[in-house]
Amino acid sequence: MSNDTKKILLDPLVDNNPIGLQVLGVCSALAVTTNLGTALVMSLALTAVTAFSNLSISMIRNHVPSAIRIIVQMTIIASLVIVVDQVLKAYVYDLSKQLSVFVGLIITNCIVMGRAEAFAMKNPPLISFVDGIGNGLGYGLVLMLVGTFRELLGSGKLFGVEILSTVNDGGWYLPNGLMLLPPSAFFIIGLLIWGLRAWRPVQVEAADFKIKEVNGTEAV
Amino acid sequence: MPNENQSKPASAWNFLALPNDSTVKTYIMATLVCLVCAVFVSVSAVALKPLQQLNKELDKKKNILQVAGLYQEGIDIKEAFSKIEIKLIDLATGEYTTELDAATYDERKAAKDPALNIAIDKSNDIASIRMRPKLMPVYQVKEDGVVKQLILPVNGYGLWSTLYGFLAVESDGQTIVGLSYYEHAETPGLGGEVDNPKWKKIWAGKKIYADNGDVAINVVKGMVIPGSTGEQFSVDGLAGATLTSRGVSNMLKYWMGIHGYKNYLSNIQANGV
Repeated sequence: MSNDTKKILLDPLVDNNPIGLQVLGVCSALAVTTNLGTALVMSLALTAVTAFSNLSISMIRNHVPSAIRIIVQMTIIASLVIVVDQVLKAYVYDLSKQLSVFVGLIITNCIVMGRAEAFAMKNPPLISFVDGIGNGLGYGLVLMLVGTFRELLGSGKLFGVEILSTVNDGGWYLPNGLMLLPPSAFFIIGLLIWGLRAWRPVQVEAADFKIKEVNGTEAV
Repeated sequence: MPNENQSKPASAWNFLALPNDSTVKTYIMATLVCLVCAVFVSVSAVALKPLQQLNKELDKKKNILQVAGLYQEGIDIKEAFSKIEIKLIDLATGEYTTELDAATYDERKAAKDPALNIAIDKSNDIASIRMRPKLMPVYQVKEDGVVKQLILPVNGYGLWSTLYGFLAVESDGQTIVGLSYYEHAETPGLGGEVDNPKWKKIWAGKKIYADNGDVAINVVKGMVIPGSTGEQFSVDGLAGATLTSRGVSNMLKYWMGIHGYKNYLSNIQANGV
């Protein structure tokens, strides 16, 4: 693998994470991370959709009229999402039931569209495909991290296997109900982004404006 | 020959040479993209349909087996289900009917089919479901040819969603074996606790009807006090899920009542299965 390909594949994991740096795709990250099983399936589904939409859009990129560019992208993405949804319903029925509408909502996931518009429209097919996989993995990484916290603290399990025995089942661990509700994912993602930017200060965005310091003598 | 080879692809694809923003090319590209995508989606939908239907059926059967207490991880669902016989009943009379094929009858589709459903009068619609099918399936669990349990589909509105599930009743038409939901979208951790095995266990042995024939089973707020009157008709409410608990209560009141399975269950109480 050439260095370029490697960079495109691995960059979205930490250095250019779609959720961590670009803060895209947060909606589904809130909804499907109550347990690791759904988070994993969702990550795989999104990775597949992003990779293949990047591939097909990149293949026709030189012939897409700019006036209908977005619609063409949406049509391709929507078709891929429907197919992924159908496949999930056929092969992992239980999980697809839990994911319910969120697979369909991959269509509106900004990561897919963002990569199509920002990368696939300007780059050849193969490298676009790799970029799609990389971004899917970056999204998946955050989902799995959030899912680990939420499932462990919210229901005392990981992948459905009991780790902390809960009070309801006669154990000692009192589950944190907040972890099963969407706001907890907000907190966790917020903390993750904070951690990430403390570790990699390059990712800190420049402030849009500065709060003016007021001297004691100056009228406010 | 070489001339033909060169001219043919050129004539079919020469619109590609047009400027991207020309009207003709825009139309052609839009049509082509739509066509390719449509074919792609339809082919996969049609090809995967049989598998999906199989999954749906298996899922429903699994739920029926679960509420009957016959399900363990990894068993052959088809074989376990052979113990169960499906019959259709007419809710108005409580009699069995062979009007439609019980094996293929889908009560959820029937509830939406004007030919097969009945609109529920607003004042009677305590389960907030608006429509109900005229016929309902009953799953009879047999052991050595004797009916042991009746499994009755129920549905009703909770807080966010309609809950779909099954109530398993002993062959006396009065004692509950279990209640289990296979589809709902209640708040995880609160109303979603209708799936909690511990809560589901409380239902076993509860009675449905009071001596005067009224539906007495209900979900109370808080805990049922042991030894209190009506203990056998009451189930602990779910903490933090008053509306879901109330929904479960109302759903049973409706489905066990005169518009639901009451005629059928009183026939059974009087004459056996």
